[in-house]
Amino acid sequence: MTVIGTPLKRKEDPKLLTGEGKYVDDIHAVGELWMGMVRSTMAHATIDGVDTSAAAGMPGVHAVYTGAQLMDMGLWAAPLPCAWPVTPDMVNPPHYPVATGEVHHVGEIIAVVLADTRARAADAAEQVEVSYGPLPAVASIAEARTDGAKAHSELASNKSYTWALVPDPAALDAAFAAATHHVTAEFTQQRLIPVPMEPRGVLAVPGVAGGDVTIYSSSQVPHFLKILLAATTGISESKIRAVAPAVGGGFGAKLNINPDESLALVLANKLGRPVRWTETRSEAAFSTHQGRGQLQRIELAADADGKLLGVRVHLDADMGAYMMLVTPGVPLLGSFLYTGVYDVPAFGFTCDGWFTNMTPTDAYRGAGRPEASYAIERAMDILAGKVGVGPDEIRRRNYLAGGEKFENLAVPSTLVFDSGHYGPSLDLALDKAGYGDLRAEQARRRAAGDSKQLGIGLCTYVEICGLAPSRALGGLGFGSGGWEHAVVRLLPTGKAEVVSGSTPHGQGHETSWSMIVADKLGIDPADVTVLHSDTAISPLGLDTYGSRSLAVGGVAISMACDKVIDKARLIAAHQMEANPEDLEFAEGAFTVKGSPDKTMPIQAIAFGAFLAHNLPDGMEPNLQEQMTFDPSNFAFPFGTHVAVVEVDETTGQVDLLRYVAVDDCGNQINPLIVEGQIHGGIVQGVAQALWEDAAWDADGNLRNPSLLDYLVPSAAEMPSFETAFTVTPSPANPLGVKGVGEAGTIGSAAAVINAVCDALSPHGITDIEMPATPRRVWKAIQEAKQ
Amino acid sequence: MIPASFDYVEAASAEAAIAALTEHGDEAKLMAGGHSLIPLMRFRLATPAVVVDISRLSGLSYVRDGGDHLAIGALTRHCDVETSDMVRSQAGLLAHVAGQVGDPQVRHRGTIGGSLAHGDPASDLPAALLALGGSVVARGPGGERVIPAAELFTGFLETALAPDELLTEVRVPKVPDARWSFQKFNRRAQDWAIVGVAACGNGAGTGVALINMGQTPMVAAAVQSALASGASAADAAARAAEGTEPPDDLNGDAEYRTHLAQVLVGRALAEMA
Ligand SMILES: Cc1cc2nc3c(=O)[nH]c(=O)nc-3n(C[C@H](O)[C@H](O)[C@H](O)COP(=O)(O)OP(=O)(O)OC[C@H]3O[C@@H](n4cnc5c(N)ncnc54)[C@H](O)[C@@H]3O)c2cc1C
Repeated sequence: MTVIGTPLKRKEDPKLLTGEGKYVDDIHAVGELWMGMVRSTMAHATIDGVDTSAAAGMPGVHAVYTGAQLMDMGLWAAPLPCAWPVTPDMVNPPHYPVATGEVHHVGEIIAVVLADTRARAADAAEQVEVSYGPLPAVASIAEARTDGAKAHSELASNKSYTWALVPDPAALDAAFAAATHHVTAEFTQQRLIPVPMEPRGVLAVPGVAGGDVTIYSSSQVPHFLKILLAATTGISESKIRAVAPAVGGGFGAKLNINPDESLALVLANKLGRPVRWTETRSEAAFSTHQGRGQLQRIELAADADGKLLGVRVHLDADMGAYMMLVTPGVPLLGSFLYTGVYDVPAFGFTCDGWFTNMTPTDAYRGAGRPEASYAIERAMDILAGKVGVGPDEIRRRNYLAGGEKFENLAVPSTLVFDSGHYGPSLDLALDKAGYGDLRAEQARRRAAGDSKQLGIGLCTYVEICGLAPSRALGGLGFGSGGWEHAVVRLLPTGKAEVVSGSTPHGQGHETSWSMIVADKLGIDPADVTVLHSDTAISPLGLDTYGSRSLAVGGVAISMACDKVIDKARLIAAHQMEANPEDLEFAEGAFTVKGSPDKTMPIQAIAFGAFLAHNLPDGMEPNLQEQMTFDPSNFAFPFGTHVAVVEVDETTGQVDLLRYVAVDDCGNQINPLIVEGQIHGGIVQGVAQALWEDAAWDADGNLRNPSLLDYLVPSAAEMPSFETAFTVTPSPANPLGVKGVGEAGTIGSAAAVINAVCDALSPHGITDIEMPATPRRVWKAIQEAKQ
Repeated sequence: MIPASFDYVEAASAEAAIAALTEHGDEAKLMAGGHSLIPLMRFRLATPAVVVDISRLSGLSYVRDGGDHLAIGALTRHCDVETSDMVRSQAGLLAHVAGQVGDPQVRHRGTIGGSLAHGDPASDLPAALLALGGSVVARGPGGERVIPAAELFTGFLETALAPDELLTEVRVPKVPDARWSFQKFNRRAQDWAIVGVAACGNGAGTGVALINMGQTPMVAAAVQSALASGASAADAAARAAEGTEPPDDLNGDAEYRTHLAQVLVGRALAEMA
């Protein structure tokens, strides 16, 4: 049976689409109390007083706690965790769930109300009076860099760390000295507000027997949550059960250990009552981390033909007010990709991490990699202009391995790319786009002086995912391994049950895992049940982020299936009185070679293993195996995206007319899911290019914390995507798979802005800051005309 | 995003609604489609003590032939205005504009009366009514009065309606022969206009109104008088922003909005020519 590679509809969807999905907010516990957060209205201030008396007397209010009171109660053994100290001397001011003494961003929690309803908690929180002693706020990276005002009063500098990856400084200098063409470009990666459909929420329920707590959280990382809450609260790890029920999207925003989660846990534990909270959409702009937030400077050195000789990059990265789980590491995840798909002899990367008085930043779809592909792909277009060749040609001249197929190729950023084949990807994309016709139409409009000009933008990206080899992560200072765990068992009834340590939040793991198991064991995907996201059921796991689930967790399942088959073979051989080597396994049954009627289906073997009446001597009963897979390398998906935009020069409006995406994620388990991931990913990248921008003012106030003003595009703004795929299997795992969760986002922002700049190039415009709003584009044209 | 506590009264009739308004005065707010009121309440920008729900007053949802005008009940949903054959044939601009409001969900809840009573300068329907030269009927404890659209919008989210008055009907002149245009400039399909223009003209004259160019929905007075005195469309369009006070927000500053108003009035007049 071949299920892998077929566009099976997702198992999860009927439930989700009919409103049957149970999210945290749908789960209730008797006697639950709602937390209402009193949040700072100042970006940076001393807390001079917190008057909770009015709130405490309000109807339904159980308690009101200030930060100082909570600290006095001794609820925490350590501050909230940052698991990625990127340098030994990284500055990391303590971050407790509730502020004491000084607040460092608007929205930081100052006090917590516990009330019997959500509305009463909100009403009472409004009545808590905070007196502030205003301090100057650091509300941009540029300001942080001057070190005038300090984001934390006690710090000597706003700089947290400097991280460098300059394998050969002398070679880099030599490359720049020898170059004919130089490109120096600066780009701003604006902050983005992640907007999963389901906002975050938490419910902590103390056990009936006391002493143990179940925490339901809208989390991508229940396993991390359990371990890190235990470590920071002092509650024993075995007394915490973390459950991520249906989770409506994450995009990295739910890859954290948040103040609210810690608060719910310690308060439920302390009070012996369930404690809950769900963020409102506008609260989420402060209670959940944001994405991006970088100033990038990229320099290219190239010879007369535009062949790259060196790439030098410096980032100034906005950490926000505190280091969250992987805040400092996000920019570094991109560090290895600033040479893109190109053969670059010399490379250097440095990054300074800066504190500001804004919501902390952390992982957001692509985490560091969209930024990297944006910088190199934008810079390549600028180089093409200098060399006087087209954007396609400059890329062809620089592809790794000359655009030919390769495996295990070392690149100067110290990594080994698993596999790639870039030439055909570009060919296919240009062909699908009708590149020649598009250029002709562009020339026609230019000649006619049309008010609507056409722009064509390319992006050929590579990304690093499938996180990952534990040793490599250790080398980066990441506070976790990168393995994934799986259990595959055949139940007495012949159905399969999979326990997976990766935690889906919309990706369709249940479907993909069922397909892998069905293919391996020769059974119907409908006969496979996937258990996950509950540490009581799946105690071992490292969860879902960094496009790792399939390339690590899916592979673990596949390998566990191999073990199941190996054991089943021994049982079948024993019961059929044959040599194990003489058995063939196909279509879910073992058959003795040469005797087609001597056959035994795996379901019968499973039942036999359960009965244990007739097993080989010394064999353990039951048909269940586990596997912990730690890959030997990351996976490096790649692709070519082509965006076609129309720019109305009269108004500055950019209209995305067409979007062609050719992606390569290695072997595909379910092409329908792959397509869905690509679509969503593209929209998120296009959104950064054209719409989304967390607009902070000079005082550290966010001007657009609601979806009224923070513009998330909808299907109405998107063309119908034209997708195609090439397949270059990864040698890093037995399934030959890469990852696809972030690829669309990593390719799309650069493609769109390259297209916008292409349209505007007759004006001499070489860059438009993201998002390319109508006003921004119009103003750029006005200035160019002067 | 959690509204403050309020009392809820469902009005069984227009009279009951007016009585509730009379009883509670400033403390009360009518709720029709709720699509402007509820967001304000969720942000706690509006904290009425009493919400008087008029959304089920089906007697106020209609489109009728009023002789020289169309009479549209205040509770008529945007989608019903959009799809009404009578509105389409007699006041095509209004039907079209109703179809450009928000998204389908908004158009199935929001009402024409609510949109006009809310008086948001960024709303679409007020501009259509201004361009058409329509009026509204207000009913209070003392009876009914007719307020011309040009006198309805008095300040930011303020109208000439008294606190105890219910807007019951919208009147639009029948202009089956008119040429019209609606130019809505926004960044996403479901958004309010950054700037918008509604224009409608026939032999009797041309009405032009602007969206999001000041404190209230407004007539483009300079454009109208230029056209009336025979100016070219281009010259008239150049005067689009005269007398306006365009807001400065994340989508546009005054300079950009001024430019957009000129471009969009130009496009509207060109489309109508
Ligand atoms: C997501 C979204 C997108 C939107 N996009 C647009 C858009 O693109 N363009 C646009 O124009 N609008 C838009 N709107 C607003 C929408 O058109 C509203 O429906 C409209 O503004 C108000 O109508 P309502 O019936 O919902 O009024 P409500 O919200 O119920 O009431 C609004 C105000 O009018 C008062 N009121 C209501 N009815 C009466 C009456 N009969 N007499 C006296 N006072 C009354 C209320 O007391 C309240 O103060 C959008 C709304 C949303 C939620």
